[in-house]
Amino acid sequence: MNIIAELVVQFCILSLLAFGGINALLPEIHRITVESHHWMNDTTFAQLFAMAQAAPGPNFLIVTLVGWHVAGLAGALAATLAICAPSSLLVFVFTHYWEKAGDAPWRYAVQLGVTPLAVGLVLSSGWLISLSANENWRAFALTGATVLIVLSGRVHPLWLIGAGALLGLAGVV
Amino acid sequence: VGLLTDQEEAPAPSPAGVVTRRDLFLGFARIGLSGFGGVMPWARRALVEERRWLTSEEFASLLGLCQFLPGPNVINLSICVGRRFAGVSGALAASLGLVLGPLCIVLLLGALYERYGELPLIKAVLRGISAVGAGLIIALGVRMALDLRRRPVLSLFAVAMVIAIGFLRWPMALVMAVLTPLSILTAARHGR
Repeated sequence: MNIIAELVVQFCILSLLAFGGINALLPEIHRITVESHHWMNDTTFAQLFAMAQAAPGPNFLIVTLVGWHVAGLAGALAATLAICAPSSLLVFVFTHYWEKAGDAPWRYAVQLGVTPLAVGLVLSSGWLISLSANENWRAFALTGATVLIVLSGRVHPLWLIGAGALLGLAGVV
Repeated sequence: VGLLTDQEEAPAPSPAGVVTRRDLFLGFARIGLSGFGGVMPWARRALVEERRWLTSEEFASLLGLCQFLPGPNVINLSICVGRRFAGVSGALAASLGLVLGPLCIVLLLGALYERYGELPLIKAVLRGISAVGAGLIIALGVRMALDLRRRPVLSLFAVAMVIAIGFLRWPMALVMAVLTPLSILTAARHGR
């Protein structure tokens, strides 16, 4: 199959599975691009992830970078559209029924039922990204410190990203 | 200039006043470009506090919907808000406004990366950022998991997901096809 068509098919499917947002999809994007298709190696994946984190705007733009790396500008645009369009269409149609449902029991069950799946996906993402990105114990320590600082809830993530960039530059991680 | 025009077109301070497609496009464009390190807090500030398109309660309820539906959460939010004020074209205006600016920046970054990505300096900076980025995602997962602490049965599905996806590396579509219906049924039985 043409590589762009392959990207579009894969990301359209992922779009509809992205419970928990794009952060939940990182393990699957990694599995497809690094493990199954060998479109990139672990290090490149981690670097694209870092750029998407550091850039302004929604984090799902890692998909754009993956598309760019795999198939240039056409790949970037195709991948972006593929990750957004199916879920957006679903949301557009579903909102209508959701508002009509009011307090129906199925509404509560669906909302509650997908929550643990999203939790599991996001935690898996964090775990797998640490494995691809971190090359030594100091990098793992930086990941751990970030978790603790964020959970203590007093620092804006942008400062942490800046601190990470400086520590990287200083050769610490 | 855009801001002044906005105020002329929609002077009503009350929520859900007249919001045009142009307002939606510009409003979400600003949200997208200010969203460093996660867009949602900015979205709340712009939609609820600055522009007053939504009340705080409306925002919370839409956010709940957009977070549980699949897809990029903030795109979902732009679709819901755009749809509410101007139907299909509103949803398109809001989502395009949100994405176009950041998309151009990321394309530029992608081009720079293909050219300079091998430089040791760039690699070092990206290593530091990705270590922090991994931590941000784990922290997000931990926060979400805390909401489940009084629901031990449902928490088992989170554990199953981590084992299947994080450790066994099974394909996500397959795992979701099995676990999603089971989890919703369990929620329906043990939920309340």
